[in-house]
Amino acid sequence: MNPLPDLVCPAGSLPALKAAVDNGADAVYLGFKNDTNARNFAGLNFDTKTMADGIRYAHGKGREVLLAINTFPQAGRTGDWHKAVDAAVDLGVDAIILADIGLLDYATHKHPQQRLHLSVQGSATSYEAINFCQREFGIRRAVLPRVLTLAQVEHVINRTTVEIEVFGFGSLCVMNEGRCWLSSYACGESPNTVGACSPAKYVKWDKQPGAMETRLNGILIDRFGDDEAAGYPTLCKGRFDVLGETYYALEEPTSLNVLEILPEILKIGVRAIKVEGRQRSPAYVTQVTRTLRAALDSLCDGNERFHVKPAWQAELAKVSEGNQATLGAYNRPWR
Amino acid sequence: MSNAFTIPKFQLPGFIASLGQKLPQWPHALALIASLNVAKQMKLLPEDSLTELNDKLFFVRVRDTGGEASFTYRNGTFRPVFRSEREPDLAFSANLSAYLQLLARQEDPDTLFFNRELEITGDTELGLLVKNMLDAVEWPTLPRLPRLPIADR
Repeated sequence: MNPLPDLVCPAGSLPALKAAVDNGADAVYLGFKNDTNARNFAGLNFDTKTMADGIRYAHGKGREVLLAINTFPQAGRTGDWHKAVDAAVDLGVDAIILADIGLLDYATHKHPQQRLHLSVQGSATSYEAINFCQREFGIRRAVLPRVLTLAQVEHVINRTTVEIEVFGFGSLCVMNEGRCWLSSYACGESPNTVGACSPAKYVKWDKQPGAMETRLNGILIDRFGDDEAAGYPTLCKGRFDVLGETYYALEEPTSLNVLEILPEILKIGVRAIKVEGRQRSPAYVTQVTRTLRAALDSLCDGNERFHVKPAWQAELAKVSEGNQATLGAYNRPWR
Repeated sequence: MSNAFTIPKFQLPGFIASLGQKLPQWPHALALIASLNVAKQMKLLPEDSLTELNDKLFFVRVRDTGGEASFTYRNGTFRPVFRSEREPDLAFSANLSAYLQLLARQEDPDTLFFNRELEITGDTELGLLVKNMLDAVEWPTLPRLPRLPIADR
């Protein structure tokens, strides 16, 4: 049997990091309080002191800390991203998750001993792209974008010695990771440039009698009745009038949930399973981490056939966006 | 999954809100503000985020108790605002159970918001800052009570 994949959980704050560690994450991933990471939201993330505290806490319990520097250096400011890489090495993180090829080049030359992972924002979906990054920058792991079927993930794993990490749970977007400019279309800023999709300063929740309207830089994204669940204020999750019909023209708000296919994920040799949501609270991290930990542990029990417990599904459904979950691209019939 | 005590979702009967609205609002407003100031003095709230709250007007409403509180943050202190002449910069509205579940870190604020159990209106960026600031607070751990045999069932 392949080794159990590592459970990699998100931390936007020190309490979230501790929640991940205490509930069974093998690794936590986090970011600095600036635009070098793709969850650059007000009040979120770590300054150098809290990060040092967090690393001490995780290492004290034998867990890894992965630092995401997964945005793209902006013109004239490359130095800020180089400083972030240097600071990550000084802090002693177990790996740095990078997306930009220039930064990968900088990191591998300046810090040849540092373990590097290729971020999902690097948009590498083929073994050729992954092996290129291994040859040129010595990456040890790649996080796959959420566009491949399980068979395609297996195809990649069989043709590379780079560890493969896949998403296991969390909000889905249009999954054009590292290449999405929808947010910039609406407000001129996007994860690649400022580290945030649909930044909060452009978002307006407008309460009206019987409904709430969401606008992104003035563009009406959606209108929710009082008895309807609301969704994230992003263009990809809006309901739009298309030829006289109003519906989710790009995609419905939904969450990825791979519980059902965990045995297949183990079988094909996935090295790590990632949970989305550094912007979510310690309560979310607790609920998702302990559920996936229980499911992963039951995989290696060996005594009984793996089956998804209703309690796990209920726990994950509670924190799912749109209150519905899918297997995403993993079980897509078309390619 | 966990045997720990959990706060259930509940809604107090309607008469409590109508009664609560007739009672003076200052006692619980002062209690809330005193708690915030204690948290600040204990350095539980990050200074860099606090400076962003300067002169902002906040409004908190507990739907099912009828309780309301307005306050601001100025010169390093949270202060009550009894007569406000402008719209709050940020307003929260929820039932008591939702606030308790949030404080106990039992429920995720995004989940409550998207399920419409927690209403946040006003400056979205300020709302996100406050949410993330509260998420980042390391509450002091209380002494652990001896485990009752029932908890090990």
